[in-house]
Amino acid sequence: MLFKSLRVRASQGTQYITDLRKAVPNGFRGRPVIAGTPCEEGCTACRDACPTGAIQLAPLALDLGRCVFCSECVEACPADKIAFTPDPRMGARSKEDLVVREGAPAPPLLAASAELTRLFGRSLKLRQVSAGGCNGCEMELNAVANVNFDLQRYGIEWVASPRHADGLVLTGPLTRTMRDAVRLAWEAMPDPRFVIAVGACAISGGLYDGAPGVDRGSHPGERPRAFPDFLDEVAPVLFVPGCPPHPLTFIQAILDLLRIR
Amino acid sequence: MTSVVLHALPLDQLAQLDPEPWRADLLDRVEQGARPVTLYGTPAPTGAEVFVTAVLEEGPGRLHLSRTLVTRAVGYPELTTTIPALHCFERELHEQHGVRFVGHPWLKPIRFEGGDRAAMNGYPFYKIEGKEVHEVAVGPIHAGVIEPGSFRFMCLGEQVYHLEIHLGYQHRGVEALLLRGDARKLTPLVETIAGDTSVAHAWAYCAALERLAAIELPLEIEAARGVALELERIAMHLAGLAGLAADVGFLQGATTYGRLRTTAINTSMLLCGSRFGRGALRPGGNPLALDGPRLDTVRRALSLLEADLPIINDCFLSARTVQHRLQGVGALTETVARELGLVGMSARACGVPLDQRAAGPGIYGVVPVVPCTEPSGDCWARARLRVAELDASLRWVRGALDRHPAWQAARARLLALAPSHLVIAVAEGWRGEVVHCLETDAQGGLRHYKVQDPSLRNWMGLALAVRGNDISDFPICNKSFDLSYCGNDL
Repeated sequence: MLFKSLRVRASQGTQYITDLRKAVPNGFRGRPVIAGTPCEEGCTACRDACPTGAIQLAPLALDLGRCVFCSECVEACPADKIAFTPDPRMGARSKEDLVVREGAPAPPLLAASAELTRLFGRSLKLRQVSAGGCNGCEMELNAVANVNFDLQRYGIEWVASPRHADGLVLTGPLTRTMRDAVRLAWEAMPDPRFVIAVGACAISGGLYDGAPGVDRGSHPGERPRAFPDFLDEVAPVLFVPGCPPHPLTFIQAILDLLRIR
Repeated sequence: MTSVVLHALPLDQLAQLDPEPWRADLLDRVEQGARPVTLYGTPAPTGAEVFVTAVLEEGPGRLHLSRTLVTRAVGYPELTTTIPALHCFERELHEQHGVRFVGHPWLKPIRFEGGDRAAMNGYPFYKIEGKEVHEVAVGPIHAGVIEPGSFRFMCLGEQVYHLEIHLGYQHRGVEALLLRGDARKLTPLVETIAGDTSVAHAWAYCAALERLAAIELPLEIEAARGVALELERIAMHLAGLAGLAADVGFLQGATTYGRLRTTAINTSMLLCGSRFGRGALRPGGNPLALDGPRLDTVRRALSLLEADLPIINDCFLSARTVQHRLQGVGALTETVARELGLVGMSARACGVPLDQRAAGPGIYGVVPVVPCTEPSGDCWARARLRVAELDASLRWVRGALDRHPAWQAARARLLALAPSHLVIAVAEGWRGEVVHCLETDAQGGLRHYKVQDPSLRNWMGLALAVRGNDISDFPICNKSFDLSYCGNDL
């Protein structure tokens, strides 16, 4: 048995990514860029092709909070204005910062929070709750703790109980049937605490915005529901876009937020 | 020829029987060995009635369809008692369409859906009473980074007497959403029905649509889809083995299978931009291209997996601790597996050689797959089966790449869909058969879209497998079945 174990050890080698802040995944459909070249007159092809309404025209803007990275817009555009790059760095502090604009050269830098850095910079415990997630986000969040990404090296770990957690990591579009459980988990967390919204579903509803089983709270013009909009109430400190986000998108956003170098 | 099992016909050619002869015919065919694939409802023009369509498999790749029209308030005498495999379908018919069933033993809702949201309240967990009896409630939020679902264990001491599984927390309303948009643009949504089975669901959807649009694809495109599907299977079997190793405390297995999964999903990412095979398929073709340098990278990844997998397999499967934890735990017999209508690897681990790829259409006829089976039906069988299927899938991908070493990205435009048609597409995903049933209206728009993930049928297998086992072995049993919550909840 020992020799078999040693053979595995030898085959395993060294697997961890040495610098998670600089790693770029080969072939990944990540952060889009929009060229400054003019659109064809009256063309709405990219907006029409988008399954989540992530695109606004004149000037062209792509909301990463809604984008599912299907690249239908790239296929549809006759002017090659939109391109997806392998860059995983897309996390943002606000929904506004998730919008990629025409001709903008680089994404806005994610500003670190001095307060969160002071509280959690050396130890951060996260509780993940899925509320309608398809297991894409959940598997990628599990992967941040595998031997390749090894986020534990920074003292950042998943915990089993919300009572042990500093941060609540939400995935999924927030289903009606999970509404009470999500609130209970949040209420079980001790202060200081915060929320991270992961994936297009959690950030905006994504492909499931307006789906019959989804209840994100009251929408403008609708009859107010018994429960207010949970995300508005808890105001996530971090939005991690993707469908699902690459582990590096999540990791780089957290490291930036906590100014971990 | 498409590589998933397809059955299409104009709706007016679909035999419609009265409920009683329809029911008798169904019983008769199952008695003679037909296997229920699905049974679903479609709203009829009059609100008081529902079409019920039964799909049976009467031989490899050979589907038999029959339909009846029932009045919701009257229904038909239930079939679950005679054919337990229909339990989930009749429960779903009741939940989605309010079909009444005379004499049905247990109509507990599948997923908190439909008009009567309070229906679940009528089915509280079973109670067990007596000395040394206790209950353990788990969920809906579990102690890991996984999807939600509720489990109630009724125990005698450490032993599980009964497990009741209560799902629906992931119910988003997929089937309703599928009818909202342009039928030809649904792939991104279909890819998230069960996000770890994106390729299998996308393939069933694409194949169904291509049949409705009368498009035949070249074998090269089918080969590319096959590679995407097998990479998904390889990645998820590795994820499952990593989880199983972690759950028995065999950490070297957890870390090694885990990093090999990274190799598999990064290969998918290289081909289609997503580690979950999203964007690999679209109706009418694939955006996938394979050139020389990419082929070299894919082959290097296969070589790495072929070289390193046997080393960890040998270590994992020969470890006494692993054998001790998995052997004889969570066992189901072949008889129970067949009665419950288990599908995919859960069935094959009980000795049922059920694999839609073996029906051999399209690319799976050119590069064949022999279904792997294991006889013992326990956690050990499910682990060994995944080890064997990894090997088979790796060989399949090699074989497919040798035949089709270069692919062009291609996408035929889908014109109108055939009006008033029904098409059933069955793809063998890594968990088992993924079934999509699409019906078009007189204008060629989608009238009905029934989605079926293999998990719907296999959850009851897990519930029965843990009976009589120690409650501490539940995580192993659960992981060995590796079922989808959102695939069940839709």
